[in-house]
Order: sequence, then C-alpha cells, then structure tokens
Amino acid sequence: MSTGTLRIALVGNPNCGKTALFNQLTGGRQKVANYAGVTVERKEGRFTAPSGRVLQILDLPGTYSFDAASPDEQITRDVLEGNYPGEAAPDLIVCVADATNLRLHLRFVLEVKRLGRPVVLALNMMDTARRRGIHIDVPELQRRLGLPVVETIAVKRGGARALIERVDGEVPDAAPAEADDAASRAGLHVQVRELLDATVHMPRATAALDDALDRWALHPVFGLLILSVVMFLVFQAVYSIGKPMTDAIGDGFTWLGAHLAVWLPEGPLQGLIRDGVCTGLGTVLGFLPEILVLFFFILTLEESGYLPRAAFLLDRMMLSVGLTGRSFIPLLSSFACAIPGIMGTRSIQDPRDRLTTILVAPLMTCSARLPVYALLIGAFIPMHRVLGIFNLQGLVLFALYIAGILGAMLVGWVIKHMRRDRSEHALLMELPSYRVPQPRDVVIGLYERSAIFLKRLTGVILALTVLMWFISTFPSPPAGAVGPAIDYSIAGYLGRGLQYIFAPLGFNWQISLSLIPAFAARETAVAALATVYAVGGDAQTGGLAHALAANFSLPSALSLLVWFAFAPQCMSTLAVIRRETNSWRNVAISFSYMFGVAYAASLITYQVARLFL
Amino acid sequence: MRLSDLPKGASAVVERVEDTQPHDPIAQRLRDLGFVEGERVRLVARGPIGADPVLIQIGSTRFALRRSEAARVTVRVLEQAA
Repeated sequence: MSTGTLRIALVGNPNCGKTALFNQLTGGRQKVANYAGVTVERKEGRFTAPSGRVLQILDLPGTYSFDAASPDEQITRDVLEGNYPGEAAPDLIVCVADATNLRLHLRFVLEVKRLGRPVVLALNMMDTARRRGIHIDVPELQRRLGLPVVETIAVKRGGARALIERVDGEVPDAAPAEADDAASRAGLHVQVRELLDATVHMPRATAALDDALDRWALHPVFGLLILSVVMFLVFQAVYSIGKPMTDAIGDGFTWLGAHLAVWLPEGPLQGLIRDGVCTGLGTVLGFLPEILVLFFFILTLEESGYLPRAAFLLDRMMLSVGLTGRSFIPLLSSFACAIPGIMGTRSIQDPRDRLTTILVAPLMTCSARLPVYALLIGAFIPMHRVLGIFNLQGLVLFALYIAGILGAMLVGWVIKHMRRDRSEHALLMELPSYRVPQPRDVVIGLYERSAIFLKRLTGVILALTVLMWFISTFPSPPAGAVGPAIDYSIAGYLGRGLQYIFAPLGFNWQISLSLIPAFAARETAVAALATVYAVGGDAQTGGLAHALAANFSLPSALSLLVWFAFAPQCMSTLAVIRRETNSWRNVAISFSYMFGVAYAASLITYQVARLFL
Repeated sequence: MRLSDLPKGASAVVERVEDTQPHDPIAQRLRDLGFVEGERVRLVARGPIGADPVLIQIGSTRFALRRSEAARVTVRVLEQAA
C-alpha cells in the first residue's frame, strides 16, 4: 500500500444513505467480499481525490449502536476500534447522518466520537431536509460536537463535493476517547436533546407524504391488497420477462452445442462439449435472467422503503412459523427460483431467522419443478371435473404448491422448537422514509448480485453438470447392446442400486435413475426419463406421457410428484446455501432434512394410495 | 400503561423500559433507539393480524415493534386519538 493512501471508513445508522454516498464516491470501482468466516458483506472502493491522493473507502454495515445486537454491528465496532483481525484501523471515520432524522442518528455520532478517532460528520439528505423546512445551524453543530461537519446529498451528482474536499484536506484531530458504560450511554440521549434544541429547527417530525402513504400501505385491508398487487406484478414480470430469457439462453446453448458437435469427431469429446459443457452453461446462465428480474424488483422495493412495510404487514403470520416478516420476500422469490431467494436473505439481520429462511426456501415450488409436474400430471391425472368447476389436474398442481408451503411452515416450526437458543428474536425494525429509488444504486446492486452468482457459482455448478454427464455416459454400452446407453453407465448402475432404497416409494429403477440427473437440474428428469424409456425426440410430446402411463402405476406417479415437492434439489441451490452460509454443515442439514421429508412423504403417499387406488 | 396497549393514533410519554431478564438485549436496544424517559411516542399503525406488530413513531423515526417488545416500555398517555 502506498503511503499516500488514506483509509476511510463510512459508518452510520441504517437508512442514512451511506451506501448511496459510497456508490456516488466510488462508482463501479467496488470490491464486494465477505468478512472472513462470517456472511457479513465487506464492501470496499477507492477513488482518487483532486489532490491526487488515493482514498480507500470501506462501507461498514449500518449500525444503530455499538452495543452490538448483530454480527454486522460487532464487525463495525471491531473494525473502527482496530480490533478486527487482518483489518487495519481506518485513518479517518466518516460518520453519515440523515439530516431529517437527527434525533436518532446524532446519538450514534456521539458514540462514534467517543472512540477517540478522527471523525468527519456528513449530514446527508440535506436537500430533503431543506424541502421539509428543517433548519440546521451547521456551524453551531460543528462547534458543539467538536467535529468537522459537511453537508452532502448522496443522490445528486456532485452532492459529495464538500465531503471530498474535507477528507482530502488535513485529517482532523481526534476527540479524547471516553469509556463506554451504561451510565455514560444513558447520558448520550441528554446530549442529543441539548444539541437538537440548540441547532435544529423542525416544523414537523415526519414527512407529510410518508404519513399519507403509510395510511394506505399499512392499512389492515388496503395494505394487504396493495401488497398482493405488488407481488402479483413482480411475478408477472418474472414469468413474462425472466422466463422467456431463461428459456432462450437454454435453447441457445443447446443450439451452440449441436453446432459445435458437427465440427467434432463422434465420441466422448463431442458428448462432453454438447451434453456436458453447453448444457451445463445453459443451465447456469439460465438462472441469470430470473435473478436479475427478481433482484431488480427487490432492490427497487428495498430502496423505495416499501420492503420493510411488507415485512411489517406479514410479520405476525411469519412469526407463527418461526420466521420473520423479512423472510417473506426471499420465500416468495423462491417460487421463481430458490437461488435468488436464498441470496435475498441478506436483508434479514437476525442470523437465526436468516438460516431458517435459507433452510425452508427450497421447499417453495420453483419454476423448474413445473415441467416435471406438468409431465406427470398430464400422464396420470384424469381431466375430471370436481364439483363441476374445478379441474382435477389443476387441483393436484395446486395441492403440490400448498404441500411446499405447509412443509416450509412445519419445518420452520420444528426448527423454532429444536433450537437450544430460546432467547427472543427481535423485530425492532425501522420503517424508513419513502424515497425514489436511484437508478445508479439499483444498477450497482444488480451488478453485485450477478457478479457473485457468476464468479462464485458458475464453476461449481458447471463442474457438477459435467460430472453428471460423465456418470450418465461412461462406461459406454458394449457392442451390440440394445437398451439405451444410459442403462450401461455408472448412473445406470447407481439407478439400479438406488431402486432398493426407493422401492418402498413405488419407484422402479428407471425413475431412480432419472433422479440422478434431476439433481443437476430438476427439469432434466423429464429428458432422462425420455432417454431411459427410449422414446427419444422431443421429451415434451405425448410419447413420453404414454410410455410413463404404460410403465408405472398411479400410486408411483403420485409418490414421485410428492418426492419432487420436497426432495433436496437442485445442486445449484445447495451450492448457493454453501456460499451464503459459508458452511458445509448447513448444506448437509439442508440435504438430509429434505431427503428425510421427501422420503417420508412419498412413502406415505405411495402406501396410502396403494390401499385406495 | 404499556406501549403495546396504546390505542391507535394516541401519543404518550415514555416512563421507562423494563428488562424481562437480566441484561435483556432487546430492552437495551430499545433504550439505544431512544426509548428513554420523557421521550414522546405515538402509535401510528398496527399489524393486520392480532394488532401485531405495532408501529411506533419516536422523534422522526418509525419503528415496528412486536407486541412483546413494545410491552417492555411503560408510557403515560397524553391524548386520545381524535
């Protein structure tokens, strides 16, 4: 590191506009990683000040108090005090405070000041403060605090100029460090009141617009109605924008594979390129559009301040099954795909609530289960009318969705009661002012999410896909073999082995075999079944449905449907769980509990169905 | 009166926050967030199911508190909602 580099840490309360300020300062030049051993995000960026000095900026997690209630806050405190291993203490702390909410934010400023390090206070959102008629006597505030105070508008171009000039100048002297005990802590509020009385004039405590919007958004009836409409629109967008793009990417790679295959000699290399690498890439990159579309909405809703409102409306309902209001959006996203859902759990502060949400998210019926459901329902469930209005096929599909939700509720409840740590989980959630989301912040957020997905997961998922291809291809069938090639492969032997485990569920060896590639991606189960039954051609056509109907019974089919509702799939999801929780143990827990639930549920389904059908 | 029992729209002044256990982290957090003696609060909204959580405005900030959290705060009612 050059001697000219100044290390700056940005701290502040949640919702102070700190990240928008960070984005304004550093633009896209950010490095996002995790603090070692924990899943707290470490965001660092750098920019060159007008003097030519390089400023290295660390965006610390939002913090209400140093009396740490979460791992984020503990890390913030340790980094600022220079106690975090491998992290040098910052040369300068920039404490960001929302000028419209100084009663809350000044208290944290005082806490930061007591650390006895050089601090600059950035009064952010000064434009909103002025618009609301809030007057702040900045020179007086600066004198009383004994800290340099600058005004910033994080969402406006050039809104950080005063801050840049200040941090580019002399590093201010540090205030003397003070002890941090309960008595002095209680005194902070008294100091804040004195400061506010002397320097801030506020005509109205809250923005009139917030009050008006919240009357609707938090209304017991209209609030839930608005939430349903918002969620409906998000889902429409995922299916009408994301899904076609996902399909196009999958088709594109299939096409590419077929064309590359023409140039390659017949044999294992051709198969590897076409069925291993290209199909694998299609699967991995196919997740990207859904991730982007979902995160576009999640980020927009988060930035606008609506997400915490949704959490407020749903908290009671989620709490009864051991979750929190904050779990709702990640779980809802999981209906499209569990991967963005699990990545979205970062907005849940309590680590226990977050882990529970991650564990139940894969039980939500994701869009990749649909092809399997459609095939099996089409083949086995008659088109009966029930009660004159309902279609039996539709009812079965609906029941499978409900089964996933009930399963998640049950698992959440069980985790809640199994946990040794019985301490109360706090909600204590701030509902920030409504804001117009800034395109820059949304774009940077999207870029980060997709970069994490592509960088950390592509390799793993691709490797597993190639492995799946390998075991379904080798060894090659002997000369003169009649059956499909997969029968003779390792997967074929595994399938035959697995059938002893799965026989009580009514699965024959062909189904058992198809479960192996389904682990790579659920939808491939359909293709795998088509291969083993050697119907060939387009797996979606009626041929496969006929082959299935001829080869296995209705109880087996129902059992397989139930299996797909709960089974530990796909491996991409498990890879994301590993990435997001930083623990193989959680992957193992996830895999084994879902295997157990799926096995038990399918067993009951098969045995009961056999008695009645 | 407990903050959790405050009628919708009513304002009150905080008297104290009680620990439900020794070193209650939630009570400490409430104090850190500004629930200290003499601070004015208002119940802005209540959740759709079982009136849980409650939305409390304190200063310029709105906090959603579960009923069990809000019950730790004892308040003196100032005025009833119109």
